[in-house]
Amino acid sequence: MNALALYGRYCATSIRGQFSYAGMLATMTFGQFFITIIEFLGVWALFKRFDHIAGWTLGEVALFYGLVSVSFAIGDTVTRGFDVFGSAFVRTGAFDRLLLRPRSLTLQLLGYELRLTRVGRMAQGAGIFAWGAAVTHFAFTPAAVAILAFAIIGGVAMFSGLFVMQATLAFWTVESLEAVNIFTYGGEAAAQYPMNVYAGWFRNFLTFVVPVGCVTYLPMLAAMGRSDPLGAPDWILPLAPLAGFAFLGVALFIWRFGVRHYTSTGS
Amino acid sequence: MPQILVEELSKTYRIAERDPGAMGAVKGLFHRRWRTVEALSGVSFQLERGELVGLIGPNGAGKSTTIKILSGILEPTSGRCEVDGLVPWRQRVRHVARIGVVFGQRSQLWWDLPVIDGFDLLRDIYRVPPAAYASMRDELVALLRLERLLNQPVRQLSLGQRMRCEIAAALLHQPALIFLDEPTIGLDATSKLAVREFVGRLNREHGVTVILTTHDMHDIEALAERVIVIGGGRILADGPFETLRAGALAERRLFVDFDGEAPALDWPEVRVVARNGRQLELAFDPARTPAPALIARIVAAHPVDDIHVEEPLIEEVIARFYEQHGANEA
Amino acid sequence: MSALTPYLTVFTGRLEVTLQYRAAAFAGFITQCWFGVIRILIFAAFYAGGAHNAPMTLANAITYTWLGQAFLAFLPWNADPDVTEMVRSGAIAYERVRPVDTYAWWYMRALAWSVARVLPRAALMVAFASVLLPLVGLGEWGLPPPPTLAAAGLFALSAVGMVLLSAAITLIINVLMTAMLTDRGPNTLVAPIVNLFSGAIVPLAFFPDAVRPWLRAQPIAGLVDIPFSIYFGGLSGWAAAGAIALQFGWTAVLILIGRAWLERSLRRLVVQGG
Repeated sequence: MNALALYGRYCATSIRGQFSYAGMLATMTFGQFFITIIEFLGVWALFKRFDHIAGWTLGEVALFYGLVSVSFAIGDTVTRGFDVFGSAFVRTGAFDRLLLRPRSLTLQLLGYELRLTRVGRMAQGAGIFAWGAAVTHFAFTPAAVAILAFAIIGGVAMFSGLFVMQATLAFWTVESLEAVNIFTYGGEAAAQYPMNVYAGWFRNFLTFVVPVGCVTYLPMLAAMGRSDPLGAPDWILPLAPLAGFAFLGVALFIWRFGVRHYTSTGS
Repeated sequence: MPQILVEELSKTYRIAERDPGAMGAVKGLFHRRWRTVEALSGVSFQLERGELVGLIGPNGAGKSTTIKILSGILEPTSGRCEVDGLVPWRQRVRHVARIGVVFGQRSQLWWDLPVIDGFDLLRDIYRVPPAAYASMRDELVALLRLERLLNQPVRQLSLGQRMRCEIAAALLHQPALIFLDEPTIGLDATSKLAVREFVGRLNREHGVTVILTTHDMHDIEALAERVIVIGGGRILADGPFETLRAGALAERRLFVDFDGEAPALDWPEVRVVARNGRQLELAFDPARTPAPALIARIVAAHPVDDIHVEEPLIEEVIARFYEQHGANEA
Repeated sequence: MSALTPYLTVFTGRLEVTLQYRAAAFAGFITQCWFGVIRILIFAAFYAGGAHNAPMTLANAITYTWLGQAFLAFLPWNADPDVTEMVRSGAIAYERVRPVDTYAWWYMRALAWSVARVLPRAALMVAFASVLLPLVGLGEWGLPPPPTLAAAGLFALSAVGMVLLSAAITLIINVLMTAMLTDRGPNTLVAPIVNLFSGAIVPLAFFPDAVRPWLRAQPIAGLVDIPFSIYFGGLSGWAAAGAIALQFGWTAVLILIGRAWLERSLRRLVVQGG
């Protein structure tokens, strides 16, 4: 069975396994939906006190907020195996079993678990985006939709790259993995607001090093039909999500080194 | 051309060390010490197709390290190793497609899935052609008596049941070589016998090469003609189990039930191992004093109710062997 | 060997074990610094747009944020992981075999677990925000000391309340998990509720004036909003004393509820066989 078919098999298996906990499934999906609504309440409260942030209104911020929530939710769902790699595979020795199967490790980890509960998070992100779109009279032109789709895919690639890097780190230390939250959850948190809110060095880091801005802020501007207040050329804006793919490529490259390290030093 | 070729295999690890206690914890924040451990040192052996070999040794001797290298999940520091012409850690995917591995304490099946679903998934992972898979699966299910377990989620099985399913899972893709790492650990008596019987048959009738790691010496006694003993990272013995036994503990045991209190038997040819009210357990060397002669002398000297002869416990043989080679637990 | 000895021992034992995770502490510190920076930059951008409606100054908001990050590990997001493991493995019944009061035992353990996680991170955080930032000329983005001695004293008291309250809430989550005999549900829903109502997401003062008294009065406010508001002087004098009383009061209530509920759950477990 080729890789893609096997991946499909893994996903189906994971989903079926989750349905055996049907009651919990419903609660947790609702819980995930609940989480981000609650967090957005905080944003709403702030906007009640302040008129705008760096020239953006609450409705416009909702667009950015929703977009990154969707990208992150999908990316997090798809790479769950990498996310829990340290605790579920390295620490337990279960990684050995993956090495003993005649398949690529990446494929096996991608197929580890497809958490349906994250659907709640994605739905809420979409919901907040929809609300923002209504309030700002967002124009869903074909071009805008295409750009958004590309941004989401690029975002998924980028966040996946982060989780792959986090998993690679697990080969050296299972304890310090929390630090990678800076980029995963931190990246999501930062991208909830438009990037021009932040000071220069911060913004540059999140555009050129960990390209969160390239998969959220820049393409969103293009989809809104705006130009970058900070001067990036218009033609770059819709193409920026490519950085997400490049980032993922780098992550997978480094992952190989991690595996090599593991097989030479043992567990 | 041997199936497995191991030559001068060595493996060294570095382990971090920390002082105990709270002060040690604080010191550990600033400074780390390292210790090198030689897990394997110059290990060499060969296996032909269809052999069944027992790999034994005290804890920490290097058995798991050897298995890990042979299965391809660990790279040695130096030395040569080939399995069916492939270098395990370099040609991982091709190599692992041809071997099966059973870890006694870790399951490879999916915890929440029914056993049969796990088997089907393995079929897809190992790319087994449907017809070959069906016949192998059915044969394994019959031999290991798994019919009633197939539809149960793995988490609901007892340890013995799970082990049988594990073994089947490891064989679905018809590997020519399997590694069994402590397959009978924690199993009840019936399950142990079932596993031993199955492995023996697998080896004899299907010619599957088996490397068996175990602490249970009865597994060895039942299955392995050849044993390789590893201690302190080196090979201490490699040959028929009988040779090992003869070299380590060339004595037999005589159990005598006396009519009345057991006497103090102070004869040069025997050593009193234990005294239990009316019974004496005696050790003697059959090469110097044949059993019939010894029995005759005892019966002539004292009133005796019953006598029987036994080999010493395998565990004693092995323990004595470890002692002789200074190979106790690392 | 007094009656307290086992409880003290389990406290120091857990403390020592948790302090071992030095890499985790440092990683936690880095992570929390980063999130602190994000929040502060967002506040700054908001304030830059016009702060006439703001319930506190930007400097106060910054102080609040740094304190929040320093003491983050006191937020009771999950049940004690040891208890989670016990529920998962079924070993929870063995807790009854110990000749100690189960609630007190768990309480000391939760206390040690949170204190051990906070101490190194808070120390590093204070070093960073109170010492390093001013040293490189970024003092107004850092964490200043409390404005008055009174504020410092009240804060110390309130901080104790925060710690005790945090452990009490953790115990409630523990009991919830014990009663439900599963580790999945509780862990998901608790965190967002705690985050919002403690003031960790946004200081409670920012919420609309109409709901503020209710928000201040609920038990979870004592985890973040009350102690930190006292720190920078947002709550002072009698208002502060009242808030501290509220903290301790809610803590006592939660402890009593937790104890009673735990007793019932464990007794039910023993009857059913776990």
